[in-house]
Amino acid sequence: MRITVTVNGIDHAVDVRGAESLLYLLREELALPGSKNACEQGECGSCSVVLDGDVVCACLVMAADVNGSTVRTVEGYADHEVLHPVQAALLDGGGVQCGFCTPGFVVAAAELFDANPVPSTDQIREALAGNVCRCTGYGAIMRGLEELAARNVGGGA
Amino acid sequence: MDCDWPHDLDAALRALQSDPDATLLAGGTDVMVEVNAGHAHPAHVVALRRVEELRTWEGNRIGAGTTYTTMERGPHPALAQLARTVGSPQIRNAGTIGGNLGTASPAGDSLPFLAALDASVELHGAGGGRVLRWDEFITGVKRTARRPDEIIVAAVLPDEVPLRQAFGKIGVRNAMVISMVSACVMRYDDGRTAVALGAVGPTPLRARTAEAMISVEPAPSDATLAEFARLVSQEVRPITDHRGTEAYRRHASGVLARRLLERCLAA
Repeated sequence: MRITVTVNGIDHAVDVRGAESLLYLLREELALPGSKNACEQGECGSCSVVLDGDVVCACLVMAADVNGSTVRTVEGYADHEVLHPVQAALLDGGGVQCGFCTPGFVVAAAELFDANPVPSTDQIREALAGNVCRCTGYGAIMRGLEELAARNVGGGA
Repeated sequence: MDCDWPHDLDAALRALQSDPDATLLAGGTDVMVEVNAGHAHPAHVVALRRVEELRTWEGNRIGAGTTYTTMERGPHPALAQLARTVGSPQIRNAGTIGGNLGTASPAGDSLPFLAALDASVELHGAGGGRVLRWDEFITGVKRTARRPDEIIVAAVLPDEVPLRQAFGKIGVRNAMVISMVSACVMRYDDGRTAVALGAVGPTPLRARTAEAMISVEPAPSDATLAEFARLVSQEVRPITDHRGTEAYRRHASGVLARRLLERCLAA
């Protein structure tokens, strides 16, 4: 069946065959491989996207169910060469090791910081509780984001 | 695969009546795990996300499409507490109370809250609507009394909801775990106490003997609280599985129920 969906501001009309996920649609049909495919059961957060304003796991959204919806993926955060502040903070803080989990962390953290530029450490931890880094690089991720929050407190927001 | 995207309940019921074998899709957090694992191959989906009536929470009637994120911000402390313990922000933005009821997992986190209140489930189908009490609705492990032509419309709380209420659960992490034991305690002003537990039986269950004992104790002593915990441990019906042993769950049930009761008494 044919559905329409707006992804990163671009309208698409795409054919959906079965009950495949939004993650499959993004990666295999719309050539947006930033959202990563790992657990396929909502455990790892590597496929985090924003669906109609809410962060969700794209692997747990049926592609057919995004008909008429708006999706923002990790590819939708940088403005050409200008990174989202969360992306810059992870880069500056060394919050990227193998990089596989990074897109999910970027989406979850960007949504947090866009809603609240000065989150507490606990608020950052709760917002990222569904994102798993198997390199266990959480320390650098947290430090980078805490520094971003501190800079925002200082008037940089 | 066919998909319907109804915007109101009548259209959703018509879609389901045209094909009672259709898969009802709410937040997708259970259905898609089955699909991704190759265990489910729906031929027809009725997507409920756009049905306005299901997203409505008015007073004690919580629309089935209410997400955990919305429940986190709601007026009932135990419901907010349990909602905050479900999965991750990503899961809480998608998962709904109606989906939790429809799946009827023994570990469903909203179910002890509904059981402790003796809440009901409102269903609409071809023959009109009906309301079932939680223990009429949930009939076994992932089994409910929902008929194929019916849609879960709302969870309905009783008029009397005590202010003193608490929820807790035990797992290996604070986030992203399925409960090994979950519990909800309600303490009414006249002393009546309800204790419901999840993941320690085929369905959520009430510890009725412990309830009867503690309900006549206006200011329980340490010894009484210990006896309350012992009775709860005795009444649960856990199994041993990959998440924990029967003995641990039995012990933890008593400890958790006592801790929640103490929180209610201190409130």
